[in-house]
Amino acid sequence: MAQSRSLIELSGVHKHYGEGESEVRALDGIDLRIERGEFVAIMGASGSGKSTCMNILGCLDRPTAGEYHLADVKVTDLPGDGLTMLRRHYIGFVFQGFNLLARTSALENVELPLVYRRVPRAKREERALRALALVGLEDRIDHAPSQLSGGQQQRVAIARALVTEPEILMADEPTGNLDSARTQEVMELLQQLNRDSGITIVMVTHEPDVASFAKRSIVFRDGQILSDTPQEEHA
Amino acid sequence: MIWATIFMALREIRRNTLRSVLTMLGVVIGVGAVIALVSVGRGATAKVTEDIGKLGKNLLTVSAGTFSRGGGGMGISAPPLRIDDANAIRRDVLGVDAVAAAAASSAQVIYGNSNQRTSVTGSDNSFFQVRAYVVEKGRLFSRAETQSGAASCVIGSTVRANLFQARDPIGETIRVGTIACQVVGLLVSKGQAGMGQDQDDLVVMPMRAVQRRITGNDNIQSIFVAAREGEGTGVVADRLRALLRQRRHRSEGLDDDFTIRDMAEIAETVTGASTALTALLGAIAAVSLVVGGIGIMNIMLVSVTERTREIGIRLAIGAFGSEVMLQFLLEATVLSTLGGVIGICFGLVGSYFAANAMSLPFVLAPDIVALSFVFSALVGVVFGYLPARKAANLDPIEALRHE
Repeated sequence: MAQSRSLIELSGVHKHYGEGESEVRALDGIDLRIERGEFVAIMGASGSGKSTCMNILGCLDRPTAGEYHLADVKVTDLPGDGLTMLRRHYIGFVFQGFNLLARTSALENVELPLVYRRVPRAKREERALRALALVGLEDRIDHAPSQLSGGQQQRVAIARALVTEPEILMADEPTGNLDSARTQEVMELLQQLNRDSGITIVMVTHEPDVASFAKRSIVFRDGQILSDTPQEEHA
Repeated sequence: MIWATIFMALREIRRNTLRSVLTMLGVVIGVGAVIALVSVGRGATAKVTEDIGKLGKNLLTVSAGTFSRGGGGMGISAPPLRIDDANAIRRDVLGVDAVAAAAASSAQVIYGNSNQRTSVTGSDNSFFQVRAYVVEKGRLFSRAETQSGAASCVIGSTVRANLFQARDPIGETIRVGTIACQVVGLLVSKGQAGMGQDQDDLVVMPMRAVQRRITGNDNIQSIFVAAREGEGTGVVADRLRALLRQRRHRSEGLDDDFTIRDMAEIAETVTGASTALTALLGAIAAVSLVVGGIGIMNIMLVSVTERTREIGIRLAIGAFGSEVMLQFLLEATVLSTLGGVIGICFGLVGSYFAANAMSLPFVLAPDIVALSFVFSALVGVVFGYLPARKAANLDPIEALRHE
């Protein structure tokens, strides 16, 4: 390696939809570096490109142009299965809609990523239990999502993202469906994970309150980065 | 991985029990129908074969005259068969086990105040051997009785039931036509023959007694020939034909004036027809199995749409498209195989009761059971492929956004 790279490096990344007249430039030349252990909030109005950027960072989508390096791997050169492997080994996702499997216990939901990593059954349960304990739900392991509150569901989703011990936690509007008390609860959990476990967190949100929990705030507008500022950690 | 996926598929099926059962129903009915129809069809075939076998194994029946298609019945001009013909066959034809000449007539039989009309056959003990009759009680004819044409008789179980009801007929005297006749033996019941005639409705007497005292001539109506086991009945029939043509002076170019019926040949024809019919029924039932498969495909496609978010989650957390595909393919296969197993059970139980109701033997058809099982699994793979591929090709971003 010629130089030591950051955990995440985007250089000149474009994402265009459609062609000709109707072409939409969702991302229009993004350069971004994120180091290990950061807690980054990506902000912007809807249509600003923040979700598109998130999808590319999460290896769910590919840029139209530009380069993306994740943990020294040039993502833009990889085939489709390579993206899946990166998701498997580096990234944990937390979504706005929780996206837990219905009628499936919290424990089984958390075990799911380990199934695809071919972790043996006994080991799977042990690690899922540890992840659930980390989010404070060790007494709810047999509950199905419908038996849990929104905050608890999101904590199960966070446990599911953490169970693989990923480098990066990608959170897409993690508090979008929660009231302010639950928002506080989930954000404090994320903050604590970042501080205690050193896990890198990239979070998309449009609420300044939520963003204020992060150590760095990046604002998108019209497919470009408007501002990138470090900020005081929220108490 | 494959076990984890099968486990996942099973849980998915259990999670939506009613829908799974309805999905399986098509395959259950298809497999059940195939098994039931083929089993009953084979039972019918076995029954027909058995019935024909009851007439006597490797049996050739020679009679004078020919059956003409025009409806003229037996040729009138044909000279009758004689006892010498039977003796010549016994002496000169290779591959013959036993020969029985029979003078046949019918007469009223009377005992006490019971009476009935039945067929009276005049022959000797080889008749029982050739026609596969066994004595239940009493005895067959003694040498002296056969030679002298004594008035003794062996009766079938139908005659016994009509005349004696439950009483012991042995030693009793019945009237056959105009002659008094002592019952010396009772035959084991053979039941109905393939064409519906009652094989137990008969009285057998020594040939001379029938010829002298009932028919009044020394004609014989039939010669029953048992071909030796392992000797083709066709070959023996050809030898018989050659001998009889010679004895009856049929020169080259003239048609036979006698008929040889080959039971084995008849049996083959009837079983062949029955087997073909069974195959046809099975094929029709197999169509419903395909329809069942389409039902599975239908539900699986709906299921993929319904579970789009779930598929998105799985893809996002690191499942390969191929793993999602395997999951849906296994779900379809497990459904169809389960349906197949249930269908096999229903089919077997159904055909067991159907066979009992139609008094056919219950024939277990292991080949069809195995075939149905494999086929039902295959149905899942084939019809699960399209929905599974649809699931695997979903874009995770789109899938996660799906409501």
